[in-house]
Amino acid sequence: MVPLLEAVTAPHGPDRYLEMLNPMWSLREVRAKIIDVRQTARGSVTLALRPNGNWRGFRAGQHVAFTIEIDGVRRTRCYSLACSVYCPDGLLELTVAAEPEGVVSGHLHSDAGPGAMVRLSQAQGGFTLPDDRPEHILLISGGSGITPVMSMLRTLCDDGFCATDRAGRVTFLHYARSADHVAYRDELAVLAAEHPGLRLLRAYTRGSGGELAGRFEPTHLPSLGSDAAAWVCGPAGLVDAVRALWDCTGISVPLQTEQFTAPAAALPADDGEPYGEVRFTHSGRRVANTGATLLEQAETAGMNPQFGCRMGICLTCTSRKTTGSVRHLHTGELSTEPDSEIQICSTVPVGDVAVDL
Amino acid sequence: MPPNAPALTPEQCEAFGAEMDALRQRIVSDLGAEDAEYIRQVVRVQRALEVTGRGLLFAGFLPPVWLGGVAALSLSKILDNMEIGHNVLHGQYDWLRDEALNSQTFEMDIVAPAELWKRSHNFGHHTYTNIVGKDRDIGYWILRLTPEQRWSPYYLGNPVYAALLSVIFQWGVMLHDLEAERVLSGEKGWDEVSSDAKKMAAKSLRQVGKDYVLFPALTGPLAPLTFAGNASANLIRNLWGFSIIFCGHFPDDVVTFTEEEAANESRGQWYVRQLLGSANITGSKLFHLLSGNLSHQIEHHLFPDIPARRYSQIAEEVRDTCRRYGLPYNTGPLHRQLGSVARKLVRLALPGGGPGGKHTETPATKNQAA
Ligand code: FES
Repeated sequence: MVPLLEAVTAPHGPDRYLEMLNPMWSLREVRAKIIDVRQTARGSVTLALRPNGNWRGFRAGQHVAFTIEIDGVRRTRCYSLACSVYCPDGLLELTVAAEPEGVVSGHLHSDAGPGAMVRLSQAQGGFTLPDDRPEHILLISGGSGITPVMSMLRTLCDDGFCATDRAGRVTFLHYARSADHVAYRDELAVLAAEHPGLRLLRAYTRGSGGELAGRFEPTHLPSLGSDAAAWVCGPAGLVDAVRALWDCTGISVPLQTEQFTAPAAALPADDGEPYGEVRFTHSGRRVANTGATLLEQAETAGMNPQFGCRMGICLTCTSRKTTGSVRHLHTGELSTEPDSEIQICSTVPVGDVAVDL
Repeated sequence: MPPNAPALTPEQCEAFGAEMDALRQRIVSDLGAEDAEYIRQVVRVQRALEVTGRGLLFAGFLPPVWLGGVAALSLSKILDNMEIGHNVLHGQYDWLRDEALNSQTFEMDIVAPAELWKRSHNFGHHTYTNIVGKDRDIGYWILRLTPEQRWSPYYLGNPVYAALLSVIFQWGVMLHDLEAERVLSGEKGWDEVSSDAKKMAAKSLRQVGKDYVLFPALTGPLAPLTFAGNASANLIRNLWGFSIIFCGHFPDDVVTFTEEEAANESRGQWYVRQLLGSANITGSKLFHLLSGNLSHQIEHHLFPDIPARRYSQIAEEVRDTCRRYGLPYNTGPLHRQLGSVARKLVRLALPGGGPGGKHTETPATKNQAA
């Protein structure tokens, strides 16, 4: 049946026709409908999504590439799933922190409503719980890094992992600005009350009332037995601090980390001296940004990317910029969107840029 | 610049180029929801026409229904190739980041594979527009369309070849991408040829399979009628595409360039060449839509990657700018541009054929008259 559908809908493919009948229909793509949007803590919003039948499930701690159309333009961001893998109502949950100039997070915070359709990738990432669980699980998170460990915690609770004080133990160490900034604050309290094996440690960097105070320091760590494992997710500062402690004290407990990529820094309005580093991710080469076009910099680095007109019209040199910003040579137009296609012959890097070449 | 082109000083050229860059930037920063909604709406109309056309052919034993089916399917193919396909493959909608409208993933309802089409069209034709010997679209290597092409007795068939090409235009476009003359000259190796040919075979088999085997078979006893209906739709699209495209660069007064004239050109000169090498067609909104806005060939050649619906919005301004610099702006209704191309095809079938007699009018004076 599918090959026949493919043949009669060539060259565009069945999805392009199915979606005319129902935007959720697709042969392969995961699409989801936003069922609910809730403000759950200061600066974060929680979405409930119902995926279509192409969704293949996930492991606690994994993330998805989430694509939403804003003013007709598709924007993709990676978000961790926050729900338990058992998600009884079949709904997926994402919690998204508002970023100062975040196009997507800003849209989700103020404009997105139930009923909108979004696209998802299948779940990805290796930041997950093993099937074979250690006796003591330490989950550390900062800010919106709470989502993947929340998924782990909920999954463990559903499993009955920390249901008694004799079963497994979970220590949930979370850093937030203040109590108001903790997403899942009430649910965490309920879970802690119901699960004697769960110990909640909340550290507020700018507020009072937590079990701990200030930023991460070694004294915040609970004592870890021999059969323990730790997961940390948060901004670079937290992840680096935890990793450094592990490295210099030689703690033998396995540690898994996941870190947000920092949002693109504010850029200078005019081009001054070139700065930053150009990374060609496919070939693994790195060069200091000379301010020449990406194509020229790649060629100087000994690579031979495809090109045609070398003036931005034929698209032969189109490549994917994964992170960073580039400026168009002739118009000065700035492209800051991650994972977007650019013409390397007519764009120059502004600061650090990674291109899939 | 060629002798029949208006003489601009290098400074004027650069100033013209800077104005064009500024205009481009203004449009690019204004792109947004409306452009997105527009192209998606065109796609919806095209898909609806396609489904309707194919559907009607299931009742094609009734002559009016058959005619309706062919009409809907022809319109669908025309929209698919012109306003959607050609423009999407120019990257006009890449900024939407929608893979259904992305220049790297889109395929048109035509036998030529997008990858090869982009190579000859976006690169070959748009970079080297109207440079004799480099722009392979001048006559598609079959026709004589400028007196600079040396005459041989072969060209006596010029008008006949053009008529034949218009009938099988989609196949002509596909084979054009094989770059036969580069193969003969040894510039293009056989492994490249065979890899191109494989891609062409795969795409054209799928196209032929759909239009001439699968859909006829699905209509059972009506198979011959469906076959004829699909063939008619392809033919109508071929004739239409050929007409629009040939009016874009080959009417009288469009300037061609030699390689020397275009060597080491500046950005300003590049813009001027694009302008002098293109011609517009006037018409209604619907006509512009069906021509994929190639009726604004001039604006398209100045800004190939700007969504085509914008061309009509900036046409007046471009024309005004041309007037200020004393540059010609070649435009006219379809019948006049097409007539001009036809006369040229006949004239150049014979030796010589350079503009003479009433064709001495220079582009610059023409603009003042317009
Ligand atoms: S080489 Fe033609 S667009 Fe870059």
